[in-house]
Amino acid sequence: MAKTKRRSVLKLAGGAAAASMGGMAAILATGRMPAFAQQRTVHWLKWVDFVPASDTLLRREMLPEAEKALGIKINLETVNGNDLQPRVTAGIQSGAGPDLIMAFNNQTYLYANSVVDLTEIAEAVGKEQGGMYKYARAVCSDGKMFMGMPWAVIGGMIAYRKSWFEEAGATKFPETWEQYREVGKKLKAKGRPIGQTLGHTFGDAPGFTYPYLWSWGGMEVDPSGKVIMNSKETLESVKFMQGFWKDAHDEGGLAWDDTNNNRAFLSQTISATLNGASIYIETLRKPDQYKTEKGAPMHTDILHSPLPKGPAGQFGFHLLQSHMLMKYSKNQDPAKEFLKWIHTEKNFEKWFISQKGFATPCTEKWEGHKVWTDDPVMAPFKVAAKLGQAPGHAGPPNAKAAEALSKYIVTDMYAKAVQGMSAEDAVKWADGELRKIYV
Amino acid sequence: MAATTLATAEGKRPSARLRRLEDERWLALVLLTPTAVLLGLFIAYPFVEGVLLSLSSARVGDPGQFVGLKNFYKIWNDSIFHTTVWNTFWYTGVTTVFKLALGLWLALLLNRHFRGKAIIRAFILLPFIIPTVLSTFAWKWMFDPTFSVINWTLFQLGLITTRINWLGDPDLAMTSIIVINIWRGVPFFAITLLAGLQTISPELHEAAAIDGARPWARFWHVTWPLLMPVTLVVVLFSVIQTFADFQLVYVMTGGGPANATHLFATYAYQLGIGTGLLSEGAAISLAMFPFLFIIVVAQLLYIRRVETR
Repeated sequence: MAKTKRRSVLKLAGGAAAASMGGMAAILATGRMPAFAQQRTVHWLKWVDFVPASDTLLRREMLPEAEKALGIKINLETVNGNDLQPRVTAGIQSGAGPDLIMAFNNQTYLYANSVVDLTEIAEAVGKEQGGMYKYARAVCSDGKMFMGMPWAVIGGMIAYRKSWFEEAGATKFPETWEQYREVGKKLKAKGRPIGQTLGHTFGDAPGFTYPYLWSWGGMEVDPSGKVIMNSKETLESVKFMQGFWKDAHDEGGLAWDDTNNNRAFLSQTISATLNGASIYIETLRKPDQYKTEKGAPMHTDILHSPLPKGPAGQFGFHLLQSHMLMKYSKNQDPAKEFLKWIHTEKNFEKWFISQKGFATPCTEKWEGHKVWTDDPVMAPFKVAAKLGQAPGHAGPPNAKAAEALSKYIVTDMYAKAVQGMSAEDAVKWADGELRKIYV
Repeated sequence: MAATTLATAEGKRPSARLRRLEDERWLALVLLTPTAVLLGLFIAYPFVEGVLLSLSSARVGDPGQFVGLKNFYKIWNDSIFHTTVWNTFWYTGVTTVFKLALGLWLALLLNRHFRGKAIIRAFILLPFIIPTVLSTFAWKWMFDPTFSVINWTLFQLGLITTRINWLGDPDLAMTSIIVINIWRGVPFFAITLLAGLQTISPELHEAAAIDGARPWARFWHVTWPLLMPVTLVVVLFSVIQTFADFQLVYVMTGGGPANATHLFATYAYQLGIGTGLLSEGAAISLAMFPFLFIIVVAQLLYIRRVETR
């Protein structure tokens, strides 16, 4: 090994310093950013997937492939879904942050001024893949621009324990709320309540409370945007919920986020819960770890069902995810290239298969994919994106609807009522809060 | 800078500008400038920005326009804000009383001589040293609706038959976060008060004892008055910190269930950063200012009175 002398080190350091000084002066003179800041890097922020295999697939295989194919660098960052909105706000206000950020539902409308129009990519993907669902279009596009590129819909269905429901006398899943309450009452008496979050959490809380409200005929606003929350129908739904909660639910649900019901179901403390398919997929992945009390693999005892019917019909509200390309991004072109790349059928299919049906794509062509026929338990999720109703129904899913959703007004109305507030006061409170938004 | 020093060292007369520093007023100005700049940049500027924000209709990505006091009017009529104000006072009041009482008790115990004193004193500080978010996560698991170890223990001991809904019940949730805040805050009180105790000369106690004062009388007439200035400063710090607390509530309950445990900071965050209603968020966090200002001024005046007595 060559001997390093003190003098040569000094010389080297001096040289480097001089070069950097010269570089600095040169950069200041041209008024341009140094070259390293212009490297084509895309910072992608998304939620931590409830199907961990998919994030692993992205990190280990797909992103390195994309980097090679596009000649860019991609930094994937994953955070809890509840932390995405604060990150968007921070990014927009400081003018720096991730280039692509995942948005839930109609949050895109809240950030319309700060995102890049993705119509071109969205329309191309829609055309190529059998047409985009109306629901995805309504949630991501205000008719003038696509504020987010629709990514996938996380279908929300009730995952339930077949054998426990049979023991309680239900050979098939209850069709109406009354029937569900009756079965739930028997289940809770046996220490196997229904688990449902009424907390401030993005997926399972509004995924239950919105369609529940609609199924009773209650609505936040009419089609013209006039607040009509304080109605007989809403009141009925709240009154029923008060009894339903006490009779049939795990009362800890008031403090749950989107992960608590997964843990509770897997540890066999609840018999049913509205969820994406993540519980079932987890039991499939670890059949030896998750077993029923009789020792059978738990996945053989799980089925899925849509939410029951109410007097006004049967509804569903499924979490739609899209990606917003931020206006402040200095890497808009590479980010667009990446979106195009990952949405090509060949690439998207890899990711889609890894989800095992947890995510439903936003275009119709995928309905015919073998993922849905491979496992009949997953079949109900196939049409989640087709049948979903957007928040703000019967009005448009605009920024006001998004604000109401972000403030968890509908969810809080039920939470307050089951905590002891009178149904009338809870409805009045929600109506008042909505009126502050819809002015 | 180096060049100037060299020049003076070579024996030239200092320049007129430098000679001006011989005047104390100029020197004071120069020495104070860095602090003033720092304060201006990191305290005054954000504060003024916050005030301007609260008077506008700004949302995320939209600078909005001047709307006067509309945001304050809006939060004044907001039932969640009312709960927030009540919660903050309740949270600060209850925790401060307990932290002071327990901290003082602990300080008195630690002030005695016993084996392993140094180690015990170091351990006492642990709750205060561990990052709040980390320790709060541990507490969150202890209060978990399904897996609470506290419930498990009580159940195994036969004290309860059904689960206690720690974080799902508004009152219990508030109690839970109060307990954690006390757990976290006691060491700060204990160590600071201990430092105060050690400045009290043992001779005073001896003299009182010789005069026949019982332990309680010695505490009440010797220790307590001498400890008063330190106590007041500790309470002041604690009140300010607790009033503006964020991390603990954010991690534990996120302000829930149904907004029942919001404090000023968490509600401002939820509206401003979560929903993107920056102006309303700013109005809520500014609403904390007058309350805090009154508390701080009252306490500072009291401290001055005690000190000059």
